[in-house]
Amino acid sequence: MITIERICKRYDLTTVVDDVSMLIEPRTITVIVGTSGSGKSTLLRMINRLVEPTSGRVLIDGKDTRKEPAHLLRRRIGYAIQGLGLFPHRTVADNIATVPRLLGWDDARVRARVNELLEVFQLDPAAYAAKFPHELSGGQQQRVGVARALAAGPNVLLMDEPFGALDPIIRSKAQDDLLDIQRRFGTTVIVVTHDMDEAFRLGDRVAVMSQGRLLQHDRPEALITKPADPFVSQLIGSGDKSLKLLSLTTAGEIAEPGSADGPAVTSSTSLRDVLAELVWRGASAATVVGPDGVAIGHIKLASILAHGRQAS
Amino acid sequence: MQRIDRLGALLSLVAACALALAPLVVLKANRIVPGQPQALLDVLPAWTVLLLYGVLATAATVALRVQAPRVRLVVALTGMITLALAVATAANDLTPEGNRVLRVAPGAGFWIVMIALGLLATDALTRLKPGPLLRVVILVVVLAALLAALGSGFFDDLSIMREYAVNATRFAREARQHLMLALGSLAAAVMVALPLGVFCHRQPRLKAAVLGTLNFVQTIPSIALFGILMAPLAALAAAWPALASIGVSGIGTAPAAIALFLYSLLPIVGNTVVGLARVSPATVDAAHGMGLTDWQTLRQVELPLALPTILTGIRIVLVQNIGLVTIAALIGGGGFGTFVFQGIGQTAIDLVLLGAIPVVVLAFSASVVLDAIADLTRRVPR
Repeated sequence: MITIERICKRYDLTTVVDDVSMLIEPRTITVIVGTSGSGKSTLLRMINRLVEPTSGRVLIDGKDTRKEPAHLLRRRIGYAIQGLGLFPHRTVADNIATVPRLLGWDDARVRARVNELLEVFQLDPAAYAAKFPHELSGGQQQRVGVARALAAGPNVLLMDEPFGALDPIIRSKAQDDLLDIQRRFGTTVIVVTHDMDEAFRLGDRVAVMSQGRLLQHDRPEALITKPADPFVSQLIGSGDKSLKLLSLTTAGEIAEPGSADGPAVTSSTSLRDVLAELVWRGASAATVVGPDGVAIGHIKLASILAHGRQAS
Repeated sequence: MQRIDRLGALLSLVAACALALAPLVVLKANRIVPGQPQALLDVLPAWTVLLLYGVLATAATVALRVQAPRVRLVVALTGMITLALAVATAANDLTPEGNRVLRVAPGAGFWIVMIALGLLATDALTRLKPGPLLRVVILVVVLAALLAALGSGFFDDLSIMREYAVNATRFAREARQHLMLALGSLAAAVMVALPLGVFCHRQPRLKAAVLGTLNFVQTIPSIALFGILMAPLAALAAAWPALASIGVSGIGTAPAAIALFLYSLLPIVGNTVVGLARVSPATVDAAHGMGLTDWQTLRQVELPLALPTILTGIRIVLVQNIGLVTIAALIGGGGFGTFVFQGIGQTAIDLVLLGAIPVVVLAFSASVVLDAIADLTRRVPR
């Protein structure tokens, strides 16, 4: 649990972060979204004290972050940034080993952990451990950056525009990977982005910031159905609200018992993709199957449309 | 038609003019009178002269028309060796047995053709793009071959070697002094300039002041700086005899070392600042974000990444110092400059060369070695 209490950051006369309070549940992904200059990065950087707040405080699991030296606090918190900041003079393995070595792990434990993480991120240790960052593709560098941030098994992972430099296809893959990893390790992840689609895709909770203020911090559906501020609806965009909403719900969640004639979709497919499938096939219902391929229910086109209408 | 190599054309033209207009060998009655040009044909057997000109003509043809760097390197080296042997043979033949007064010196033609061939060889080597370690190995081999050739006695009748024979013990002493002044002032400068560079990087407001001051020092001509230091150092030594007893005085090693130290600061401080500024801010931010302390970030991330640039600064300083130490001889600092200024005073050009040539060789070697070290530390492509 991360508690942000009435935190402010002022530089001379400009207020960058203005009286923000937030509760972040453990084992969730929270996305802080906003335009540039909204104070979202500064808010993130105050959690690991790369920026010291002017007033207010941050508690992690009830403990004030100012109670220990900043560099020790940061070793317990994963940190990944845009452009990655990989150390260009160190190999992939040495990059990932940075925090474990700072924590004084012995060599065997460091090596085992590095190999484990490389496997998790689909990088063959034999091929990649000894490579230098400039020998990797953008997507591979990004994975090494996240692996490095997770190396010492932190409970909290902070990410500042982690996918900003990736092209759309690799970016989408990286987002899927992050969701997998978060589920696997149960890490509390806080991501900063300016991309609303990314926020909706990743976030269990989305926090919208503008001009240093936190406008709304809520489940993504709520941002669409109950925007707290005109700026929130403006940021979400009016054109495809209903499709965004559909993308947040999976077929399994609204499936009704019994099967239907129509294409089969897996229960984890988003309603948006089910809708696209139905339109493409000219069908009026779809069968929902589990991961094992066994039918568990069906979805009618009409109920998808009804679900999407909540947006208006 | 094959393209004509531009560098080859220039070098061939220069060498041809030198051969036509300037002598390869000069005969002098003693070490200070102007010499008489000697035609090689009057001294050496005709076939030897033909062989020499044949080798040089081949070198010129290759320089003009052949692009393969290995071939260019081989003909250039062959040309240099043949020319050196021819001139040494001429010296041996011209010098009567036991005559220690008569001097046979390589003429202007010799030096110009040698330099042209040397440039041809260097250019060919550069085109071969040898790795840093290989470059050092090549340097060592060339230096060893040069020393072995000079030690063989075959060149002993050449005028410069005559000067060396007379000054052999002093030569070793001045060589040590030269290296000590150049390397010692460099070491002291690194110890001061590196922290100063880091400080300037961290405190941008002081950067302008520090670099401005050092820039000003750099603009003082070396002779003037030696002069400026003489008075205060002499006063210091007079006021505190303890200082005088450890070697501080108005002339000699102390002002030379201090001046060299001052000249060394700017390139190292400047390159340290530039090298640190070039480290990506994202890399530094990530280092702090992962919990490296300021000191750890500096030592593990910033300095290693800035090291190639810092080493380039150190190379500049070392080459510059090796040259400047020569001038320090004027105020009694010692070093190879002693021979140069003595030679000028006696109008003995051979003695001047005895001081000047080792300085050039030293500076060139230092540059090759430090360049190789800088390349070895550059793990990341620029």
